[in-house]
Amino acid sequence: MAQIIVVTSGKGGVGKTTSSAAIATGLALKGKKTVVIDFDIGLRNLDLIMGCERRVVYDFVNVINGEANLNQALIKDKRCDKLFILPASQTRDKDALTKEGVGRVLDDLAKDFDYIVCDSPAGIEQGAMMALYFADIAIVTTNPEVSSVRDSDRILGMLQSRSRRAEQSLEPIKEYLLLTRYSPARVKTGEMLGVEDVKEILAIELLGVIPESQSVLKASNSGVPVIIDQESDAGLAYSDTVARLLGEDVPVRFITEEKKGFLKRIFGS
Amino acid sequence: MAKQNLELKATSFTLSVLHINHHDLDLIAAELDNKLAQAPQFFLGAPLVLNLSAIQHAQIDFYALKQLLTDRNLIIVGITDASKEQIEQAKEMAIAVVKSGKQAPKAELPKRATKIVKQNVRSGQQIYAQNADLIIFGAVGNGAEVIADGSIHIYGALRGKAMAGAAGDNQSVIIANSLEAELVSIAGQYWLTEHLQQYALNQRGCVRLDGESLTVESLPQ
Repeated sequence: MAQIIVVTSGKGGVGKTTSSAAIATGLALKGKKTVVIDFDIGLRNLDLIMGCERRVVYDFVNVINGEANLNQALIKDKRCDKLFILPASQTRDKDALTKEGVGRVLDDLAKDFDYIVCDSPAGIEQGAMMALYFADIAIVTTNPEVSSVRDSDRILGMLQSRSRRAEQSLEPIKEYLLLTRYSPARVKTGEMLGVEDVKEILAIELLGVIPESQSVLKASNSGVPVIIDQESDAGLAYSDTVARLLGEDVPVRFITEEKKGFLKRIFGS
Repeated sequence: MAKQNLELKATSFTLSVLHINHHDLDLIAAELDNKLAQAPQFFLGAPLVLNLSAIQHAQIDFYALKQLLTDRNLIIVGITDASKEQIEQAKEMAIAVVKSGKQAPKAELPKRATKIVKQNVRSGQQIYAQNADLIIFGAVGNGAEVIADGSIHIYGALRGKAMAGAAGDNQSVIIANSLEAELVSIAGQYWLTEHLQQYALNQRGCVRLDGESLTVESLPQ
């Protein structure tokens, strides 16, 4: 039976889609058969970041409405044969997602996947609720700033009250914190909340810290999940995150300011 | 058998009760005139019961009081909530001593229960402990609200809003491991963050009502 992971945040622009793409790719690279679903109906982005936007024929809503079957809609990743993408519809809105429809599609996918990664839209409306409703694991993506932390807290409340596991009084969703766009230098100057501050406020287990990095934007624009770029801090941090998700004990990196080397100090970075 | 010439039956009437709150008859006269001027017809010949609860310990000239009311076409039919001496005086003047039917049924305080929440209260969540104390094993986040008719105990940080004594119980308290609240309120008296932080900046403490205003007590470590 597949594990359903929702990547969620409440706030927009914190890195949900980037994280969904990276984590799904990471799981697949570790040999887990993984599908990543774009729940952001009407504003599809995931296919761009995964670099498969030109291969979208049918989408999630088509499958829900029975206009296409799963095999027609699933896009196999070019880089990793264990990874599939179920893109969002550009022409519909979030009301196209119904609990029955989403449940049916997830049930079908659960039969032959190990992990189903749901990329949640921002907000706390229908789309976000549908993305988190069936989840077993929630990765709460948070930026180290107060509004993002506040919204994450709100989403955690939703996970505990509005999800399937809450409604049916099952074991609660496993909640993990993924801190993105973290800049140790700015934490040091007090411009940004530190890891410990965020952990204390949200009181959930830390899954990973992704440092702010130029490589994330570069990767997004070129349609390659940043985790593929093992030269970059962000790529390595996502690899660590995936390893922790699979139960490995990996120390957290990139949370202290990097000492600039002698040459870097002279020539700049 | 001949028809009885009298019958005794119990019937209840609604009577106006005049609460006498001061023993100075001049003051009473002035206030009464004021009242009567507003609706002279309404009070014309109205039967009145005097409630003396506020002046039980005061010396009062009963004859003068009676005269004062009679002069204004008010008829005293009885007194209530009077002291022993006052009752004696009333009897001498042939005024009945009455007890109000439902001696303001001292609303028996319903038994208070306790509501326990064993998790963090997150932003946007609202918890109401109706007619109960509220105990939270965890933190109350910014944007969360915890409300209780009784007291609130938080074994974590209070960052959101806490309202104790929501039904008016001014004996309720709010206790938190760290008072960083957006708002604390007891029986309707409230403080926002700024005010609270003058007293207790992120400390363990107990917020309670001292007369009309809130106060923060530190707790033993």
